[in-house]
Amino acid sequence: MTWIRICRLDDILPLGARTLPAPKGEIAVFRCADDSVFAVLNRCPHKQGPLSEGIVHGHRVACPLHSWVIDLESGEAVAPDIGCTPKIPTKVENGEVFLAVSEGRSH
Amino acid sequence: MLPATRERLVVIGNGMAGMRTVEELLKLDPARYDITVFGAEPHPNYDRIMLSSVLAGEKQVDDIVINPRAWYDDNDIALYAGDPAIAIDPKARTVTAQSGLTVPYDRLLLATGSRPIVPPIPGLNLPGVCAFRDIADVDTMIAAAGTYRKAVVIGGGLLGLEAAWGLKRRGMDVAVVHLMPTLMERQLDETAGKLLQRDLTERGINFFTDGQTEEVTGRERVTGIKLADGRGAPADLVVVAIGIRPDIALAKTAGLEVNRGIVVGDNMATSDPDIFAVGECAEHRGAVVGLVAPIWDMARVCAHHLAGGDELIYAAQATATRLKITGIDVYSAGQLVAGEDEDEVILRDARRSAYRKLVMRDGKVVGTVLYGDVTDGAWYFDLIRRKTDVSDIADRMILGQSATVAGGIAAGPDVASMPDDMQICGCNGVCKGTIVDTIQAKGLDNYEAVKAHTKASASCGSCAPLVRQLLAATLGIEVSGPTIPTVCKCTDHSHEDVRAQILKQKLKTQDAVRKAMAWKTADGCASCRPALNYYLLCAWPGEYADDSRSRFINERAHANIQKDGTYSVIPRMWGGTATPGEIAAIAKVAQKYDIKEIKITGGQRLGIYGVKKPDLPAVWGELTEAGLVSGHAYAKGLRTVKTCVGLEWCRFGTQDSTALGKQLERLTWGNWTPHKFKMGVSGCPRNCAEASIKDFGVVCVESGFDLLVGGNGGIELRGTDRLCHVATEAEVLEYCAAFMQLYREEARYLDRTAPWIERVGIAYVRARVVDDGAGRQALAEKFRHAQSFLQDDPWAERATGQVDATEFEPLTALV
Repeated sequence: MTWIRICRLDDILPLGARTLPAPKGEIAVFRCADDSVFAVLNRCPHKQGPLSEGIVHGHRVACPLHSWVIDLESGEAVAPDIGCTPKIPTKVENGEVFLAVSEGRSH
Repeated sequence: MLPATRERLVVIGNGMAGMRTVEELLKLDPARYDITVFGAEPHPNYDRIMLSSVLAGEKQVDDIVINPRAWYDDNDIALYAGDPAIAIDPKARTVTAQSGLTVPYDRLLLATGSRPIVPPIPGLNLPGVCAFRDIADVDTMIAAAGTYRKAVVIGGGLLGLEAAWGLKRRGMDVAVVHLMPTLMERQLDETAGKLLQRDLTERGINFFTDGQTEEVTGRERVTGIKLADGRGAPADLVVVAIGIRPDIALAKTAGLEVNRGIVVGDNMATSDPDIFAVGECAEHRGAVVGLVAPIWDMARVCAHHLAGGDELIYAAQATATRLKITGIDVYSAGQLVAGEDEDEVILRDARRSAYRKLVMRDGKVVGTVLYGDVTDGAWYFDLIRRKTDVSDIADRMILGQSATVAGGIAAGPDVASMPDDMQICGCNGVCKGTIVDTIQAKGLDNYEAVKAHTKASASCGSCAPLVRQLLAATLGIEVSGPTIPTVCKCTDHSHEDVRAQILKQKLKTQDAVRKAMAWKTADGCASCRPALNYYLLCAWPGEYADDSRSRFINERAHANIQKDGTYSVIPRMWGGTATPGEIAAIAKVAQKYDIKEIKITGGQRLGIYGVKKPDLPAVWGELTEAGLVSGHAYAKGLRTVKTCVGLEWCRFGTQDSTALGKQLERLTWGNWTPHKFKMGVSGCPRNCAEASIKDFGVVCVESGFDLLVGGNGGIELRGTDRLCHVATEAEVLEYCAAFMQLYREEARYLDRTAPWIERVGIAYVRARVVDDGAGRQALAEKFRHAQSFLQDDPWAERATGQVDATEFEPLTALV
């Protein structure tokens, strides 16, 4: 697993998201109120809505199409909905955001 | 099972009373009888009370079926629906049906119900005349509403008014002829009757009170009615709903004792001990009934005796009445007006159009009439039935149960403090204890299951909020009241609370609101954040900075997200007009960015569809250069002002509707409102701009402008209410600004004007916007002040990268 720097923390508005084109599909990178950063595949498990356009609250995001709520820590939909979107590990160091890319370049 | 050993029960009448008796009987002794049922209507057993909801389009016929055909099969009941019984031979103990079928019985149950009373006036046999009694009548009315325009309902009682409202909902012009001076005089006192007439008049129903119908006119089909005093009205449909009369024809021919109804004893047996009668056809101790609650009592008693019991007797109980017209709540029980020995306690709240009256005798409640707010009806009714001594609370009980018992003001009745034997569902006679026990014994966790198991709220449905509250209380889930919703799950406060505290405590940020009002979450959720953002924006114009992170994507990106993740771009076209240069700019941008589709929208504009998000700023930039601005087609704010060509071109036009529409659009564009806001201006009453389904509509006439509000052409179609008539364009603009500001300040977030007005009443809106001139000017001034901060084109700001640059730009791609 390799850490790749993708942007500065300030490049993402608080409670905002940015998108990142990637070989296996667009990735959504979220910044929560506590400055924690999460990344998931930018596709709601319901109808593939772009999660990056949703409202971020707590460590969750509400999909803009049909209001499914996705837990960013796990990528799982919040009950009663059931589904999961792949999560990509992230870390923030010295105001820089890093994304984990596995050896096989799965992302 | 040996069929020969079973007794034979024949039931004449497949309605609510008959089948309820069979249900009760099956509970007591399922194997006792071979049961045969004859019904005149070709339908399974259905809930006749809900016909008005079917007529109003709120329910389908399938929704009101009580027992489907499978139920008859499962219980080995032979059903002959559509084959009415036409003769009884009590000596041979047989029943003969219209088809010629003759069936022997050991016991016979008559549940023939009632027939509509037909007054002796000419013309009632014309096509286009019907009663309001069964599914066939409702089918006739629905078909007429689809083809014709004008309806007259004869009869201003419960049934007649529900028919009138249903037809109005289906788009007909409706007039009601009523013999008496006030409506529903058997269930309401004069004040409530007048309030009801006023509210229904405002909803567009016309009334002829003190009206004696003399003739229904027409040759091929009905064309109108004439009254004895010379008044008259045109009609394509006439509904006769002046009352019902027990259907005793069969019983009379069979030689049973009849009076007004079929005479029954306390055990529901007729003068022949093997023949029973229940429901509207039965007369018990001189009284016939027409409400469902006593009929269920009859069914229970009758089933007990059919099952071989001899203990239960039927005794008439007090009954309560409710009217089923959306948004108009009326409740009455017991004595309506005080006599010499009684006192009346009356509460009137003109602002909310609420009225309540208690009739008291010797420290007890003996009657109540409620209009507007009926949540305490069940409590008063319980006190009436129990004959409870209320001397010590008599001075304040008019304020309602929560104010009286808890000494404070709470939202709705307090289910926890209700005694176990308090009746919750009047129709089905279900008490609180039964509901709670059933929830616990069967482990129920949802409302539908509670309704199915207990039958509470299964008939007219008006107690459904109480049943839901009881479920919540029993399961230990907190509820804050049946009628006032909280903003979301993050808080127990209502929208109204939050807005009031924002102003009172001068809360100017979302964090301040969440802190002061003890929010359960740190940064809210996708429901409350947009609401708080709007409330703060409305309360503190120029001070509160709009939070783009609390906007839904469409409002944040100033474009509508489509299902494939691309966006639509719809520039504003003032009053639906455009210059050649503007059209050319749209065409050019569509070509350059490979736009999939250009469409003329429902709001008279050109929309371009399929724009990729990163292209949005560039697309806007080109449109901005041509002088186009955002059409806010994505906003909970002013959308479009639809206009017709008006005086300039049209031979019918009375005013320059296009120019007036543009003025309105210039005044209001950029404004944020609780939900989207649409306008229309028509140059004459032909109303080509469809002003009567807009949030604010103007219909031009020779003498000026009719102003209309609260229309909606969406999911729930609602015609506008008339606000007033004004003479000048300047007044149109002022009234529009004032109305919008009132809506902005007082409606809940995501309320369109239609449900808001349904809740507060058009009278209230008129009082604030029309009657109070100084108040109107102040509202209009506040609106203009807010506009001074809101009329910046969001596209221009974003096209130049001044605002929200990171919104549209992806990060550098991973490779």
